[in-house]
Amino acid sequence: MLDFSAWFNDLLAGNLIFTPTTLGYYWEGLVTTTQLVFLALLAGLILAVPLAIMRSSKHKWISLPVYLYTYVFRGTPLLIQLYIIYYGVVFVDGIQQTFLWPILREAFYPALIAFTLNTAAYTTEIFRGAIKATAQGEIEAARAYGMSPRLMMRRIILPSAFRRALPAYGNEVIFMLHASAIASVVTLMDLTGAARFVYARFYAPFEAFLFVAAIYLCLTFAILYFFRYLEKKLLAHLRPQTA
Amino acid sequence: MKKIILTSITAAALTAGYAQARDSYDHIRFGVDVPYEPMEYRTPDGELTGFDIDLGNALCDQMEVTCEWVEQQWDGIIPGLLARNYDAIMSSMTINEERRAQVLFTDSYLTVPSAWFGPVDSELEDISEASLEGLTLGVQRGTLQDNYATDFYGDMATVRRYASVDDMLLDMEAERIDIVFVNYPVGKTTLLDSERSEYRVIGEMINEPYEYFGDGIAIALRPRDEALAERFNEAIAAVKEDGTYDRIHERYFGEEEE
Repeated sequence: MLDFSAWFNDLLAGNLIFTPTTLGYYWEGLVTTTQLVFLALLAGLILAVPLAIMRSSKHKWISLPVYLYTYVFRGTPLLIQLYIIYYGVVFVDGIQQTFLWPILREAFYPALIAFTLNTAAYTTEIFRGAIKATAQGEIEAARAYGMSPRLMMRRIILPSAFRRALPAYGNEVIFMLHASAIASVVTLMDLTGAARFVYARFYAPFEAFLFVAAIYLCLTFAILYFFRYLEKKLLAHLRPQTA
Repeated sequence: MKKIILTSITAAALTAGYAQARDSYDHIRFGVDVPYEPMEYRTPDGELTGFDIDLGNALCDQMEVTCEWVEQQWDGIIPGLLARNYDAIMSSMTINEERRAQVLFTDSYLTVPSAWFGPVDSELEDISEASLEGLTLGVQRGTLQDNYATDFYGDMATVRRYASVDDMLLDMEAERIDIVFVNYPVGKTTLLDSERSEYRVIGEMINEPYEYFGDGIAIALRPRDEALAERFNEAIAAVKEDGTYDRIHERYFGEEEE
């Protein structure tokens, strides 16, 4: 450990920008970005499954409200949604006295809410497409077995829809990571926020932003390989058989 | 290969010509971060005005050049100068060592302290490590106030950094931040001077330590423009001499400030 810290200090020697303090900011930023993106994706996924089922419903009164929601959140920039949620809520009279204020006061939760609603809208549409694409033969076979619509959804449609949605969903996860860079406009110290801080303090745009770009690249690679692994496991039946 | 060399020679010749043309400077572009009332802001009908703007225009008249104002957000204002998006920064920039490593400063044309501003009903009486414990402080990103607050109070309080003063004040109004640290004239104009101001200065005016608050406000130029700095210094001396400076100063700061 001592060796490592000596090595680390040597590495940073003669360098004005990447001091232990600024690296600390980048580390905090990495933690914030990871938390924000992970929680938003998790909550978005949980919301998206029932919404996708509702969106695929034959009944207009069930599918239309969900369609409106996805239309609005996919039809407006995420940055605008974030501004509305962060700066907009303070114009609601008396919001400071409600139980919601401790949550809305911080920059983290408004950003989390905006990101969750946004990714849930995209994920809903991804899943809906996958549900719609279920082979007619599978549904007929399920009916022939006498499955109720509920059982058919649970056993036949959803498992195959999730598999089909996987590659598109992997893209959505990467987009979400990249979109999270706008969190710094509401003062959140995410990765981009840390880079902006270093940039503004040392007037070093190249160093500050290239370093943070490298971190985003590493994160993207991790996500990419995770999804590649998942696809390999879950879509094994679709690969050509080798004797 | 020959072609490449030829192209780069032509390019070099062109840039050299360009640089020379720019060095004589009969037209100066100023980079400025707006709004920063009363230093630089827009009137309700959209016109750019403020102490820096009027003084800058007066200096241009004095130097017999035309000038132009280019808006640039604060955190990119020095890189923008170095990237030749404009020729000078006249945006309440305080001289300090970190900046001096990047840009060339003219003589200082104004000195202003910084101050902490908070709501009238704030319980804070003074500013110290103990009194700021656990509070949320607001600063504009990349300003000397940001550096000062981060280095002195970053450990015991949360520092939130804003791209513009506007965003910061909106968040103080929303009670998201407890107190802000800004240049005094800006805080006074934007927070105290309105009819029913709900804010007050907390603690004392701050203009030390020297590493943070430096030698006052000056115009920043690219390091190689020493001739231009000389012309600016002469012009600053001239407008101070003939009373133009005092008139502009009075217009934005009133008489009692001096």
